[in-house]
Amino acid sequence: MQILVCVKQVPDTEAKVLVAEDGVSISERDITFIMNPYDEYAVEAAVRIKEASTEDVSISLVTVGPPRADDALRLGVAMGAGSAVRVWDQGLEGLDGGAVAMVLGVVAQRTGFDLILCGRIAIDDAMGEVPLRLAARLGLPHANAVTELTVESGSARARCEVEGGSQVIELTLPAVVTAQKGLNEPRYPAIPAIMKARRMPIEVHTLESLGLDLDQVRAASRTHVEGLDVPPARGAGRVIEADLPDEAARELARLLRDEAKVL
Amino acid sequence: MSGDIYVFCETKDGGFRRVCGELLTQFRGVADAGQQALCAIVVGAPVADELPQLSEWAADKVVHVTSPQLSDTPEALAAALTALARDAAPSLLVFGNTPLARAVAPRVAEGLDAAFVGDAVAMDRQDDGLHLVRPVYGSKLLCRVGVPSDSPAVITVRPNALGFAEVQASAPTLEDVEVMLDTDQRMSTVVETAVKTGGRVSLQEAEIIVSGGRGLGDGQGFAVIEELADALGGAVGASRVAVDSGWISVDHQVGQTGKAVSPNLYVACGISGAIQHFAGMGSSRVIVAINKDPDCPMCEKADYTLVGDLYKLAPALAAELRRMSDES
Repeated sequence: MQILVCVKQVPDTEAKVLVAEDGVSISERDITFIMNPYDEYAVEAAVRIKEASTEDVSISLVTVGPPRADDALRLGVAMGAGSAVRVWDQGLEGLDGGAVAMVLGVVAQRTGFDLILCGRIAIDDAMGEVPLRLAARLGLPHANAVTELTVESGSARARCEVEGGSQVIELTLPAVVTAQKGLNEPRYPAIPAIMKARRMPIEVHTLESLGLDLDQVRAASRTHVEGLDVPPARGAGRVIEADLPDEAARELARLLRDEAKVL
Repeated sequence: MSGDIYVFCETKDGGFRRVCGELLTQFRGVADAGQQALCAIVVGAPVADELPQLSEWAADKVVHVTSPQLSDTPEALAAALTALARDAAPSLLVFGNTPLARAVAPRVAEGLDAAFVGDAVAMDRQDDGLHLVRPVYGSKLLCRVGVPSDSPAVITVRPNALGFAEVQASAPTLEDVEVMLDTDQRMSTVVETAVKTGGRVSLQEAEIIVSGGRGLGDGQGFAVIEELADALGGAVGASRVAVDSGWISVDHQVGQTGKAVSPNLYVACGISGAIQHFAGMGSSRVIVAINKDPDCPMCEKADYTLVGDLYKLAPALAAELRRMSDES
């Protein structure tokens, strides 16, 4: 069985994110990049399927990103993936999820797949667009926001988060599954595995080497970022002082009703 | 811009979700400016009883979609909406950003060769098209996105973000449309559904949320949070620490790796306010912090802060709110 895991490198959640001079991207100075946390669940799920399976399972990683994104791929390899592909082209800078899904679709068809695993969203743009576009492109069934996954002989069972609970979906493979928090606890790779992953060759592609034409990929990117803004700061509010909890509660309830008008 | 504006009307517990009303009333102005029809799209469930509601929300037309092949998987719904929109060619298909929409909308966008913008919190229609604002990088920045006017677009809008617009009631026409699904696209089946019905309002649509965090000390503490949420008629949220400690299930988590919410009132109990938590609730209209540390980041950003023991303050507030509602 061939599992393809799509990963993305994103700024660390602690990172102080500043708008770059162009006004439409962020300044990368002083930013630590990590593998998108939801993609880590996806990689871990793939490795667990491989470990539990009696058949031969191979795991490939793919990312669309600049050279620094190799670090995310190497983490995935250290966790247990067998190979990694990175696609980059200057022309991809600033293109949206429609373009990324097109590129990933071409890579998926080259590597082959029985199962495509992705994170539910990436924590940078939080769009949750690419995996479902990819499923539609490839004509595959999908399970979104999955918290439990079992795979056996050509089918998968996935527990998906839905409003107010969960739903178990049975999918005939090949399929696209997106990982939600709770699916697993990603492992910390051992030092020897990290060392080995550093030496692992990463297959790097440009659009041209994938047989894609930049104009065609651009046409799949239909939105454009007009600007990034810092949200208005929230000023410090009012501290309600009172000796007794009842008095403080009464004052707060009054303010919520009469001043904030939220009750 | 040509082509109608379609608003997908998701039902819950037998009625339309509140966000459907926000979207229909807010997009009324967009439709008028572009001389487009505003259509409420209802898939599956019968609609006859709901027409007065959709009239109040100013829909020009109600499109009731059925299909003999419809099942309850997100793919089937995506296939039905794709089939409908391929024929009718709306310029815009709008969803509330709910768990169902997240499992459906991008798939529809791809099927229509359409643009996709998710989780919009503000919008502005100009002559050159629609401009949306969405939080990115854990709400540390807001991204302005232009939606092209020369290609169709699928967008999702965060519940509570736009609110209701004042509209005049309409007299919508009802159109029944049967669509045939591309059966190759329908390869998954639902084998089990475990959903709590009734009970509290959903986290993302709630106008009021009471959340608990590390300061609770243990999982028992959520009894106090629930009591306050009940007194306010709100939903229960939680910080990552509370979820990771096993005090409450992950579907309650608010934050960068949980849900992003925009309620009218967010009451943070024992939550220090890490930036990852703030990422999920920083756009709340009014924030109340109940915390023993007045210098914590949450208290610095809250509109109102109660300093002290949350086990005393939260029940006192719940009691006061109950007293107030008994009086009125």
